[in-house]
Amino acid sequence: FAGLADVSIAEDIPVEGEITVPVGSRSPDEDYSTLDEPVRDTIMRDLKAVGKKFVHVMYPKKSSALLRDWDLWGPLVLCVSLALMLQGGSADSKDDGGPQFAEVFVIIWFGAVVITLNSKLLGGTISFFQSLCVLGYCVLPLTVAMLVCRLVLLAGSGTVSFIIRLIVVAAMFAWSTLASTAFLADSQPPNRKALVVYPIFLFYFVISWMILTFTPQ
Amino acid sequence: QGGGSAVIDMENMDDTSGSSFEDMGEMHQRMKEEEEEEGEAGAAEEEDGEFLGMKGLRGQLGRQVADQMWQVGKRQASRAFSLYANIDILRPYFDVEPVQVRTRLLESMIPVKMINFPQKIAGELYGPLMLVFTLVAILLHGMKTSDTIIREGTLMGTAIGTCFGYWLGVSSFIYFLAYLCNAQITMVQMLSLLGYGLFGHCITLFVTYNIHFHSLFYIFWLGVGGLSTLRMVAVLVSRTVGHTQRLILCGTLAALHMLFLLYLHFAYHKVVEGILDTLEGPNMPPFQRVARDIPVVSNAALNTTAKAVALTL
Repeated sequence: FAGLADVSIAEDIPVEGEITVPVGSRSPDEDYSTLDEPVRDTIMRDLKAVGKKFVHVMYPKKSSALLRDWDLWGPLVLCVSLALMLQGGSADSKDDGGPQFAEVFVIIWFGAVVITLNSKLLGGTISFFQSLCVLGYCVLPLTVAMLVCRLVLLAGSGTVSFIIRLIVVAAMFAWSTLASTAFLADSQPPNRKALVVYPIFLFYFVISWMILTFTPQ
Repeated sequence: QGGGSAVIDMENMDDTSGSSFEDMGEMHQRMKEEEEEEGEAGAAEEEDGEFLGMKGLRGQLGRQVADQMWQVGKRQASRAFSLYANIDILRPYFDVEPVQVRTRLLESMIPVKMINFPQKIAGELYGPLMLVFTLVAILLHGMKTSDTIIREGTLMGTAIGTCFGYWLGVSSFIYFLAYLCNAQITMVQMLSLLGYGLFGHCITLFVTYNIHFHSLFYIFWLGVGGLSTLRMVAVLVSRTVGHTQRLILCGTLAALHMLFLLYLHFAYHKVVEGILDTLEGPNMPPFQRVARDIPVVSNAALNTTAKAVALTL
């Protein structure tokens, strides 16, 4: 075994240095510190993050907060509330209540996935979940439009209410498209922005159309 | 020793997000592996110190071999996964400029004159995919304004199923026929050709779902639909040899394309009194047949008026 004992490195060659990954040394401590805090703090932290992103959507400046700390809570809440408000809006509300919720849900998530894949295939530098996050959060103006439409429909459903609803939905649709374009188009090569903007336009157009043609029975 | 390396793996660095959980997962995994190896090496050294001789050494060797095999197997599996589940396979088909897309859209309505040598077809999938989605949106609009009620299924599911089913199904069928008739066309080219041929359908349906005159629809059907069919037929004819083969291929494509437009117009665009009859029952006197140029607003007014009249009867 004398030969095998010489496997180790000889003493006169200095082997020194530091191979530390800062994230690794920090993460065990962080786990413990967030586990011990009360549940209220955890929930409030997440709610504040979601609320901050809502503000970013309503006033789209060139900040990267939406992109850096993506989360899917906001899109889920918006999607579910929009789908709930769009329910029960057809002539035969007895057996169309179910499919309408699923329809809206599937449209939003399937559409967002398709747009994300499209922007990645066109050479975008944004990641999958970041793009989903931005598209989901930009549904906020349309959810507000849905609320307004429902309130207007409570008052009556004549020509005047239709015109009001048309103006509100069109304005919110433009806002949604502009907000999501402001976040997503920067990650594309400059001459292909139109190719990425068109599917986003189509996506929000379909949602706006569903909101505009909603008539409660 | 082992798989944990201090070298940064460049293929994971294309992600610009700092907090994506894919990166965190990788780092945690590497941390765990390094800790495990340190722990193992420490335990092995202790064992070696206590039991000098073959037993300690064999145990350490066996553990290292098993460790190596696990690392290699995991690396191979992740490489195979990233090879086949990569969307980069589709990337070359999306490499277009907006100008090119616009040119191809306009060209899809212009039949070529030279059918004696093979015409070039761009194998691109962005334009066709966007056209199919646009057709889905237009169909949805048409179904909503005509109050189409679909019992088992959803409006959106029907629209998506119809459009994608036509695009993929008819492309595959014509590709199969082209294989039988010795035409020189690949599957991607066929998908691209048929996709751009849907541009005529989009225009026709967009106009005729909003302006409801049957004669206008027939003019658009023959004119716009005919032009885009002629273009597809001319391109296919230029790539096929032999009269019988050309006839079979182009006849089938022309028939399917024109019939699809006819089907889309009539199946998703019901007349008003049909719906009212089924809702109100036999008490209602039948309405006169009117042209479907009633906007959405007065539809609701008409419904409420009809209900009120039915109640008073």
